[in-house]
Amino acid sequence: MSTPTTSPAPALPHLPPRANRRRRVVVPVATGVALLALAVLALGLGDYPLTPVEVVSAFSGQDGFASTVVLEWRLPRVLAALAFGAALGVSGALFQSLTQNPLGSPDIIGFSSGSFTGVLIGMTLLPALAVPQTVWALAGGLLTALVVYALAYRRGVQGLRLIVTGIAVTAMLQALNVWMLLRAQEEVAMSASAWAAGSLNLVDWDQLLPSLILLVVAGAAVRLVVSPLRQLELGDDAAAGHGLRLEPARLGVLVLGVALTALPTAVAGPIAFVSLASPHLAKRLVGGAGLPLVQSALMGALVLLSADLIAQHALPTALPVGIVTVVLGGSYLVVLLLRGAGQRR
Amino acid sequence: MTAPDRGPEPGHDHPGLAARRATLGYDRRVISRDLDVEVPDGSFTVIIGPNGCGKSTLLRAFSRLLSPSTGQIVLEGRSIHEFRAKDAARRIGLLPQSSSAPDGITVRELVERGRYPYQTLLRQNRQRDEEAVLRAMAATAVTQYAERPVDELSGGQRQRVWVAMALAQETPTLLLDEPTTYLDIAHQIELLDLFARLHREGRTMVAVLHDLNHAARFATHLIVMKDGAVVAEGPPAEVMTAAMVDEVFGLAAIVIDDPLTHTPLVVPHSHAHGTLD
Repeated sequence: MSTPTTSPAPALPHLPPRANRRRRVVVPVATGVALLALAVLALGLGDYPLTPVEVVSAFSGQDGFASTVVLEWRLPRVLAALAFGAALGVSGALFQSLTQNPLGSPDIIGFSSGSFTGVLIGMTLLPALAVPQTVWALAGGLLTALVVYALAYRRGVQGLRLIVTGIAVTAMLQALNVWMLLRAQEEVAMSASAWAAGSLNLVDWDQLLPSLILLVVAGAAVRLVVSPLRQLELGDDAAAGHGLRLEPARLGVLVLGVALTALPTAVAGPIAFVSLASPHLAKRLVGGAGLPLVQSALMGALVLLSADLIAQHALPTALPVGIVTVVLGGSYLVVLLLRGAGQRR
Repeated sequence: MTAPDRGPEPGHDHPGLAARRATLGYDRRVISRDLDVEVPDGSFTVIIGPNGCGKSTLLRAFSRLLSPSTGQIVLEGRSIHEFRAKDAARRIGLLPQSSSAPDGITVRELVERGRYPYQTLLRQNRQRDEEAVLRAMAATAVTQYAERPVDELSGGQRQRVWVAMALAQETPTLLLDEPTTYLDIAHQIELLDLFARLHREGRTMVAVLHDLNHAARFATHLIVMKDGAVVAEGPPAEVMTAAMVDEVFGLAAIVIDDPLTHTPLVVPHSHAHGTLD
């Protein structure tokens, strides 16, 4: 057979073990253990405190009131924090890889504002349709993404243009949101504003289950875009040279990233900075090439669950978790910027 | 080598890469009109010409990064755009002019990404992927850096890693877009020697080069372009003449015999030359 082979086949060399191999196992496992511990803690905290042992035995379902507290009242909220945090973390990693920019996260590009616009349209302009809030949020987020993509398209979409377009569209949407809030009836405006703060307070099983199912589907679909995403990281020419069809790949990543942001947003409202910070933290911890998706999911879950614990229990009054993530994430961003400035000097 | 399950398909040994009345350009701007040019099978073809002559555009068309607005690029007797993207990528490899290595990526991980054309959702032959990666790293002498981050390597080493990534694609044809730019002279020659060896092993190589003497020494076939058109082609000994250099590059030069390789050697006159004495 006359395929060119690169040499008259000398014995192939043996390679050293892969760099970072241990880190890539230890860090995710450690994060998983931390998540479990934190979840048990969160299930025990509240007006009816439970020890970790009581929490675990409550899962048998036979502990009467303790079981009701844990399984019916607290578990949906903890699961929501874990699942939504993971989704936001992955979404952030997808967008930051796609835009090749650490600021290219869905909240900055403004899909949360689009979801809010959707919710407001549903509540104030078209309440007669009785379409669930979740659907409005999803539709608003996806539509915003498509508009941003279309506006940023010039013989293909390039990262920075996507971000700048996103910021511009966000600004316009926020103006629209304020206008709709101002002319809404008081109780509608109150309820919409409560949603907009981002909170896991009112999550119950009925709300959570459908979005959990959709999140699992979206999570499975992420598997399909991983290797196209890794190709896009090499630059358009190399990726296309390897037989990647650039725009379908980019659009696929975009749609999945939006879905992973829009689903949590629909239920809990916009929760800022989790998608921005989690991939950074994950990359710092595991290293490796590009942004680690699995670790970003774990970090997202860890960040959101911790933030929700702080929001619920660590402060004199319970706050919406969205406010805590804004404060935490904002501080993190400031630290990053200061360190960056320090390095440049 | 026994026939591998997803191996090269019939026709691979005769790529017959060519432009047929192809009009190439970006948006409205036409660079080449009705271009007809062939890459001889098994050749080391080098495309030369002054800046803006359309040589990189032609290479981009050969590598499917650019579709002709009229006419076509032909591979194995049919339009290259009729191939599924991954099928084409198993036939033609590309070393792009600019690529970016994701930060923190190791040499081995980067080379592994060259296996993308062989990966499908259902099937991934890890054994064969790994062998191709090891062979590619051995051929480019980067095996010793396998677990090092790419961004820690020198410019010459890094370029060899990108070549390894293209080799891992296991294509019979390899396109190189100004592969030696930004390298110092020793690394330029080292890289060109590597390309010459890859050519001797049976690949069809197509490169865009700036240095005429490198082109004359390493090419088996030259394509000379000016203003989007092919103005000369053939073996370097026939094409690389003082008249051609003057006409195409506007440079007065003499062409002598390279004492080492007996290929043409271009020695330019300098405008300052006459005024000095």
